[in-house]
Amino acid sequence: MDFAGNSKKSGRSARNKKQFNRVGHNLQFYKIPPTGEISLQEFEEYAIDRLKVLKAVEVAGIRLMKGSTEYIQKLQDELRKTSLGHDLIRTDKKEDKDFRQKDLVSHFILRLAYCRSEELRRWFMQQELDLFRFRFLREGPDSRDEFLRENSLNYEPISDDLKTELDGDLRAAAGSKSGVVDTIEYFKVPFTEVFDLVSKRKVYLEDGYAYVSRDDMISIVITHYRSHLSHSLAVTTRALPHLEEDGRLLPMLCGLSKRYLGQDFNAKKSNVGEITADMIETLSKKSFPLCMQQLHQSLRQNHHLRHGGRQQYGLFLKGIGVSLEEAMRFWRTEFCKAMDVDKFDKQYSYNIRHNYGKEGKRTNYTPYSCMKIITTNPPGPGDFHGCPFKHMEVDMLAQKLRGQHISKDNVEKISKCVKTGHYQIACAQYFEATHNIRNPEDSASININHPNGYFLDSYKLLNGPKEGTKPVPNTPKVIKVKVEGTGTPSSQTNKQSDLNDMDDDDLIASMETDM
Amino acid sequence: MPGEEKEHVYDAASLPDLLPIYYKRLFPYGPYFKWLNYGGGEFSFTLKDDVYIRYQSFSDQQELEKEIQKRCPYKIDIGAVFTHRPKDHKTVKPAAFQAQEKELVFDIDMTDYDDVRFCCSGADICPKCWPLMQIAIKIVNRALREDFGFKHLFWVYSGRRGIHCWVCDETARKLSQTGRSAIAEYLSIVKGGENQSKKVALESPIHPSIRKAIEIIEQRFVSYAADKQDFLGDEEKQKKGHGSMYRGRYPLSNSLKHEKNNNFSLTLLRFKDMWERKDVFNRFDSSNKRWQALCKKSEETLESQKYLKEEVMLQYVYPRLDVNVSKGVNHLLKSPFCVHPKTGRVCVPIDPDNIDSFDPFKVPTISAIIEELNTTESKDEDGKKIKDYKKTSLAGSMVVFEKFLTSLENSWKGKKLEESDKKMEF
Ligand code: SF4
Ligand SMILES: [Zn+2]
Repeated sequence: MDFAGNSKKSGRSARNKKQFNRVGHNLQFYKIPPTGEISLQEFEEYAIDRLKVLKAVEVAGIRLMKGSTEYIQKLQDELRKTSLGHDLIRTDKKEDKDFRQKDLVSHFILRLAYCRSEELRRWFMQQELDLFRFRFLREGPDSRDEFLRENSLNYEPISDDLKTELDGDLRAAAGSKSGVVDTIEYFKVPFTEVFDLVSKRKVYLEDGYAYVSRDDMISIVITHYRSHLSHSLAVTTRALPHLEEDGRLLPMLCGLSKRYLGQDFNAKKSNVGEITADMIETLSKKSFPLCMQQLHQSLRQNHHLRHGGRQQYGLFLKGIGVSLEEAMRFWRTEFCKAMDVDKFDKQYSYNIRHNYGKEGKRTNYTPYSCMKIITTNPPGPGDFHGCPFKHMEVDMLAQKLRGQHISKDNVEKISKCVKTGHYQIACAQYFEATHNIRNPEDSASININHPNGYFLDSYKLLNGPKEGTKPVPNTPKVIKVKVEGTGTPSSQTNKQSDLNDMDDDDLIASMETDM
Repeated sequence: MPGEEKEHVYDAASLPDLLPIYYKRLFPYGPYFKWLNYGGGEFSFTLKDDVYIRYQSFSDQQELEKEIQKRCPYKIDIGAVFTHRPKDHKTVKPAAFQAQEKELVFDIDMTDYDDVRFCCSGADICPKCWPLMQIAIKIVNRALREDFGFKHLFWVYSGRRGIHCWVCDETARKLSQTGRSAIAEYLSIVKGGENQSKKVALESPIHPSIRKAIEIIEQRFVSYAADKQDFLGDEEKQKKGHGSMYRGRYPLSNSLKHEKNNNFSLTLLRFKDMWERKDVFNRFDSSNKRWQALCKKSEETLESQKYLKEEVMLQYVYPRLDVNVSKGVNHLLKSPFCVHPKTGRVCVPIDPDNIDSFDPFKVPTISAIIEELNTTESKDEDGKKIKDYKKTSLAGSMVVFEKFLTSLENSWKGKKLEESDKKMEF
């Protein structure tokens, strides 16, 4: 069995090229970069329009189950509110040249803005993929088929005999939709074409093939789009520094990507002054968000934290202004209650220095945002990291909150938010409850999207604004860019593209295994 | 513990003296190099004082042999094949130096089961918890073969507390990070951190792959959970076994704290739906009987709890993969045939079709096999020289390795034939 790089694919790309000479489908994989001129003002306007769209996609995805009716409704409503989104959700805009140009150009501008770090790339890909999926599913069956054909992703349905033979398994794999197995066509495709169905275990697999229902063929499209996008972003990243000079673009692009990340909490000089190891315990009770309190407590209790927890907590501490020396002291003191110093120095100090950019690739790692904590690397057995509002059983959370003397009303309010998936809002309510904010005016200003932001807000509130507390944003280095020609020639599309989005984080994780 | 009653007590201090002999006379360079033959991938060495050398690569077996013998690494890791020779990584731009392919790997480590084994914790293993690894191999091996169609799976004991699997099919080696994550996710069922006590939630109907895993588990669950772990036993019986391991580990409420040392309560707490069935605890006096009673009850219960029994079983014994190890194309993994510096045991292959005959406590230690070298004849009956490793208890492991290798090589040959056939057609 070997279908990676089969000959069929080269046939595909040959055919793919032709299609760009025509108007083509309403949807596209954005393979050919735009050419022509665009004013700086338009450039920014397009970018912001698309950013609003992607934000709307993100919001719907955080709050609601992707693919649910509520999600679709919400996304539709949110997109209607933006000017580009309004057109993007329509299926009859195929001939509208202006719209198509705007769709294409805005996508490419954001590619430039969001290719520069792993986190940005991941965010951009996620939202573009969700947007694409949403748009694809709005198309009628004929139009979907046409898209598959145009992109040479069409397959022959399996025979009725085979379907009868596999009936039980197809049903069991279809989950709650098992009722529709009878009426629907199935296609036999290599499992490498439908990774998102595989990862959710939503498809029947046998001997390397996935049996995909017509409804799920979107998965093939998404797999291809993801792989194309990931590769293109990697290529764009590499091309970025070599691009021609235009001093005005890059600051703008950096500004754009910041709009998602918000403040970069990778503070070298702390926002609240130096924090020493001894101060952490007290601060943790007063000003740490629940996720960090929990890591702190379990570290104190077990004198150990697993890798995920060390990363999440370690970078947070760095972000609030704990220096490398103090961090080392803090971790060593705690860990060495249960292991000898020698072992600690061997196994863990590298990790800490690494987070401060003193080892490995010497990247100065950024503290994790709520988004990152909530959506990536979920905790497993033995882990205490993650966001308690998302990863803690609701009963356990309520119990914990009551233990902190939070009023019954507030506990209920928070639990309700949690149950509807509004984790960050729950966190904001927790902030209010623990900082005695009753004034609705104040409460409107509380918006939690970063544990370090939580800390700063709390610290300021409890200590009053200090001099020099204004955060110093990292000024981006100016690199010069020209928009044209930064895309990928479609013939180069390579399945392996996202292989290299690894940092040596994983390497370190591997170093502590079984030694 | 049975593992320690061996004649050869391994002494970690002797490792520096033993390794040169091991690498000179016993390390199976021939088959090893053949296995990794497809292309100049990365090796990294960890030397005696934790000196760590990455990005080694070797163009032929002699070079590999020479370097290993020279360095005598405490640990060898295998990484990816890159766009450039790993040795040259400093001469190319970082962005251009990219991982291209690597085996799809799985790492299953006993430390990830600490909340469901009551005999030991951390890096320790014993015959009471080893069945977890047997079940893991059975389930993952089946899924990779039958569901994903992979044929070349190489299972290895990590030398101490876990197992590794190397999937060597070409499709697997060429998988992207997304593809690797997808497979690892497909195989992951036990989810949630320490703040999530019930970690398995099944949807109806049960996916065929999980169904098959449950069938495998059903054959072994009682023997493992009830007989070996006494997982529904009570405090008195358990005291000996797990001592202090639960102290402070579970964020349970205060009112329930006094029940922490009680397996039965732990199980029920994790599965709140079972809580009301506490009476079986008093009526029956063994884990086995209590389990049967609970199962019987769960068959009678509500639709919403209809998979409770399956969920309990899965939470206790379903394989817990380290997803991060599988995900990265350039994630390094400890090589087979290393010697674990702490235990002295060789990381030997495991035959997945014979897992019950594999006993981690009988895996030869470096000191034992070197001893064997000195005490056995070096010629066979016909006077032919016997390969060194064949004289030792490594011989059995080598048979497993050769068997795996033969089928892998045949597939390469088959592929070459196919390619040349294609050329002939034109
Ligand atoms: S919402 Fe953010 S700050 Fe609050 S607990 Fe979750 S991750 Fe931490
Ligand atoms: Zn044990």
